Amino acid sequence: MNHTKPLTPHHFAPWQDGTSKPLISFSNVSKTYGDFSAIDNVDLKIYPKEFFALLGPSGCGKTTLMRMLAGFEEASTGTIEIDGHNMKGVPANKRPVNMMFQSYALFPHLSVADNLAFGLKRSKMPKSEIDGRVEEMLRLVQLTKFAKRKPHQLSGGQKQRVALARALAKSPKLLLLDEPLGALDKKLRQETQFELVDIQEKTETTFVIVTHDQEEAMTMATRIAVMDHGKLMQVGTPDEIYEAPNSTYIADFIGDISIISGHVQDIENERATIIWDESQTPIRGSFERNVTKGTQAHFAIRPEKIQISKTEPSQGYNKIFGQVEDIAYTGNMSTYFVRLPNQKLITSQMVNDRRISQRSITWEDHVWLSWHDEAGIILAK
Amino acid sequence: MQMNWPRKLLIGIPFLWLLALFLVPFLIILKISLSDPVLAIPPYSPRLDLSNGFEGIITFFSELDFENYIFLSEDSLYWKAYISSIKISAIATFFTLMIGFPLAYAMSNASENWRTPLLMLIILPFWTSFLIRIYSWMGILSNTGLINQLLLWMGVISEPIIILNTNTAVYIGIVYTYLPFMVLPIYATLDRLDGSLLEAAQDLGCTRFSAFWLVTLRLAKPGIAAGCFLVFIPVIGEFVIPSLLGGSRTLMIGKVLWDEFFANRDWPIASAVAVFLLLILLIPIVLFQRNEEKQREHER
Ligand SMILES: Nc1ncnc2c1ncn2[C@@H]1O[C@H](COP(=O)(O)OP(=O)(O)OP(=O)(O)O)[C@@H](O)[C@H]1O
Ligand SMILES: [Mg+2]
Repeated sequence: MNHTKPLTPHHFAPWQDGTSKPLISFSNVSKTYGDFSAIDNVDLKIYPKEFFALLGPSGCGKTTLMRMLAGFEEASTGTIEIDGHNMKGVPANKRPVNMMFQSYALFPHLSVADNLAFGLKRSKMPKSEIDGRVEEMLRLVQLTKFAKRKPHQLSGGQKQRVALARALAKSPKLLLLDEPLGALDKKLRQETQFELVDIQEKTETTFVIVTHDQEEAMTMATRIAVMDHGKLMQVGTPDEIYEAPNSTYIADFIGDISIISGHVQDIENERATIIWDESQTPIRGSFERNVTKGTQAHFAIRPEKIQISKTEPSQGYNKIFGQVEDIAYTGNMSTYFVRLPNQKLITSQMVNDRRISQRSITWEDHVWLSWHDEAGIILAK
Repeated sequence: MQMNWPRKLLIGIPFLWLLALFLVPFLIILKISLSDPVLAIPPYSPRLDLSNGFEGIITFFSELDFENYIFLSEDSLYWKAYISSIKISAIATFFTLMIGFPLAYAMSNASENWRTPLLMLIILPFWTSFLIRIYSWMGILSNTGLINQLLLWMGVISEPIIILNTNTAVYIGIVYTYLPFMVLPIYATLDRLDGSLLEAAQDLGCTRFSAFWLVTLRLAKPGIAAGCFLVFIPVIGEFVIPSLLGGSRTLMIGKVLWDEFFANRDWPIASAVAVFLLLILLIPIVLFQRNEEKQREHER
């Protein structure tokens, strides 16, 4: 996983600041269909100007959460507030929210310009200003030349930009994007990701985006919520989610990770020690707050945080031995799959800073894997 | 590129079909419309006699003339019949639309399980003879028929209202008969309508009603137009419904045509009426084709 998000020059973290007012606030929101619970007791605050990503497996309730914000579904219990107003019973056309639909939902009988003007014509904006605003939106998404075309005369990427511009035209407080880049190929997708971030910064709109693609979420979002079965599993910044997952579910969901389960022997000085194999040294590392002494715990570590060597490291813990079972060479990286004596498979990833012929580790070699205290995290569940 | 014979055959069949079932009969009617009526079998002259060779063909063509068309334009009966047919057809099409659209709309909004049965119900009447259905309407609409008996029994009226043999009965018959032609094309367009378009419209500030007006109706337009043409075009030439349900004052060109052919046995005039009817229908037919083409273009 490579972080491509440019580091923002100023520190933007309203969620840490007790005084900021959230734009969206879910309190104990649940949504049931019959006896099926699509959204399960969600508590969530999203702040103005955030780029908030909803991530999770198919069917976990991302779209449902969005549709409740847009006004197409009512919460079964709990309250949803937008900008301090309770949204109960407020229809979609009365909410300061616009949505970019997964299918784009462009009006096939209207030209690109008329699609963009559609929302403006329903608002109180005077006729004379509408044309100017449409022009402005066309420029924003670089579609000025296509103003007169009908949607069926556009490519997938162009349609997607029309949909985005149409949703932004009314300058909503909140823009909802349901898998906006789902239909695009990888290259166009990456370009568009940057465009989206750019547009979000220019317009200072709050974005809530649904995506299947964790890399996409990592790249664009200020914060990510990972959902499963209608529950929020973790909400945090991309690096919190990546570096400090609160459960093996999150750890496993985001990127590659190796997980070793064991028994918590000791906790002291911000470090927990777990025993996991008689023949290996214990693992020591930072831990998530639910870990307690004497219970079962799981150590999670990313492949790129593990060093691999043929000689035994000098430290007394955080080192394990095994045998190289496979090596995957991917240009700038090599990934080693190391089989432990207890049959567990651990992956280690190294940057290739030497030529292949000079590298010393090959198949069947007996190797040591090691890492330092901060490299992984010990999780309770 | 040389076309191989299966391809030629494939393209040829519809051409042969059109030639045999449309062009040849049309040419025969056109020829009759240019002849003179006589008391004979068949009741017109000249008749093409190929035994006289080239000479015969020349005399044959020299005897054809536009007399019947001139007569058609001089006798106001025909004009009135054409105008009245168009009027009745337009009004009936309007009523069919007013009933057909809500039906189609309700069907497209019905749950998945209901759609097929509802569609069946729309098509079901086609399974019995058209004549039988119109005869049963005579039973329903007559002075001693179902409607009058019901209204009398309920005390709404004190003596039967006359429906049968009026234009009202004709409208009822037309709307009833042609309803499926209106419902099916409208249903087809509504069924294909992407529900997220309506949500998008609401999201952009439309009320439910204005979303219906600006999106649903607008996108159903080709279906509505197709339905209207499919009713309007055949109803202009309709004969059975006005002659069975209509009265002596119901003037429709189909009835005039029938009278000329069978009561007056004036085949040339009848043929001229038919040819002129076809010319009138050409306009809506061309418009209908345009509509279909435009719709197809949109779907690409
Ligand atoms: N109208 C409905 N009636 C019954 N169940 C529904 C309805 N809408 C959604 N669900 C269920 O709610 C759950 C969440 O659906 P949702 O569309 O929010 O998933 P999602 O996270 O957006 O999935 P995906 O990533 O595949 O789009 C699913 O299990 C779905 O089957
Ligand atoms: Mg979804």
